[in-house]
Amino acid sequence: MSEKESLFSAKNRQLLLGPLSKDNPVLVQILGICSALAVTAKLEPAIVMALSVTAVTAFSNVILSLLRNTIPTRIRIIVQLVVVAALVIVVDQILKAFSYEISKQLSVFVGLIITNCIIMGRIEAFALANKPWPSLLDGIGNGLGYGLILVIVAFFRELLGSGTLFGFQVIPQVLYDWGYQNNGLMILPPMALILVGIIIWVHRARNKDLIEK
Amino acid sequence: MENLVNIFVRSIFIDNMIFAYFLGMCSYLAVSKTVKTSFGLGIAVVFVLLITVPVNYLLDNWVLKPGALRWLLGEEAAGIDLSFLSFIIFIAVIAAMVQLVEMVVEKFTPALYNQLGIFLPLIAVNCAIMGASLFMQERNYAHVGEATVFGLGSGIGWMLAIVGIAAIREKLAYSDIPVPLRGIGISFIITGLMGIAFMSFLGINI
Repeated sequence: MSEKESLFSAKNRQLLLGPLSKDNPVLVQILGICSALAVTAKLEPAIVMALSVTAVTAFSNVILSLLRNTIPTRIRIIVQLVVVAALVIVVDQILKAFSYEISKQLSVFVGLIITNCIIMGRIEAFALANKPWPSLLDGIGNGLGYGLILVIVAFFRELLGSGTLFGFQVIPQVLYDWGYQNNGLMILPPMALILVGIIIWVHRARNKDLIEK
Repeated sequence: MENLVNIFVRSIFIDNMIFAYFLGMCSYLAVSKTVKTSFGLGIAVVFVLLITVPVNYLLDNWVLKPGALRWLLGEEAAGIDLSFLSFIIFIAVIAAMVQLVEMVVEKFTPALYNQLGIFLPLIAVNCAIMGASLFMQERNYAHVGEATVFGLGSGIGWMLAIVGIAAIREKLAYSDIPVPLRGIGISFIITGLMGIAFMSFLGINI
């Protein structure tokens, strides 16, 4: 990136928006599924998780991009882990201070942001070879791309599983009176996997070039 | 003793790392193409979990918990709470242990080392390892024996899952799957179906 290039040139916009669909970290790069799916039974924790991951990805990308010329390659994994772990501790403490209930619901999954493959993956693949500003955009883009999938999965699981969105009843009582039932299976962990499988199916059917042989 | 068996069985079948918590999914999906390699990775994960969970348990109980430093500093240590440091300590222990395991395996059993190859260093960022340490902290096991059994059980559960999906994926190569679903998509759905099957173990209590 040359110095004269504007902050939101076409290339930089691509860094920010690409991960939302064509280059989505969950659907295409298959990163960060580990700590993601267990928090998607309800929308609210999913959104908090998405924001936390976006913040950590963005800041860790910037910090490691600034440090990239001073870290010896041999010990870079340890350095990365320490930076990410420090950022996650900050996020964890903030969550505990300002929304204790959600932090309880997320339980160990806040700590697991450290080993979320998206963060390490983007640091390795992008931040270590690029300047801070594109790294920041890349981090935010990938965090949001990840968040998008979390929100889609959580939307369907909460709607079909509990009949609510953000805890508010959205499926009218009349339907229940006519015999509609909440699908309890949606709340259980396996349905998150199947939903992601279906999202991948739809996504690949629309983007033919992503189809595996 | 009964308690230990209970923790062991629970951590393999009911609280299975993959089917109940989705931990270690990245390497689970990336490495499960053949049974042989996934078995190798499974063994490595069991090994690392067996070491890191008890080590982290001891660190948590003797250094990090509120007042845990009493044995070193006397009564005035009762107010010291280092638990906010646990993420960084756990990940450091895991990274160091993986390095150590790698060196030991390379020195004493070069054959196994060649077989595991690149998988060993990758384990440091496998969420299942970190996840087991965090669950161990959250569940407050009574003594280090319980933590060890929990680590071993989680490892075996993870290995069971990855060998299972690898065996299914080998057979899947001959199936006629809708084109956009091939590869990753169908792996997700099969994992979900395996998860539903594993849910039949719910409620087992020994």
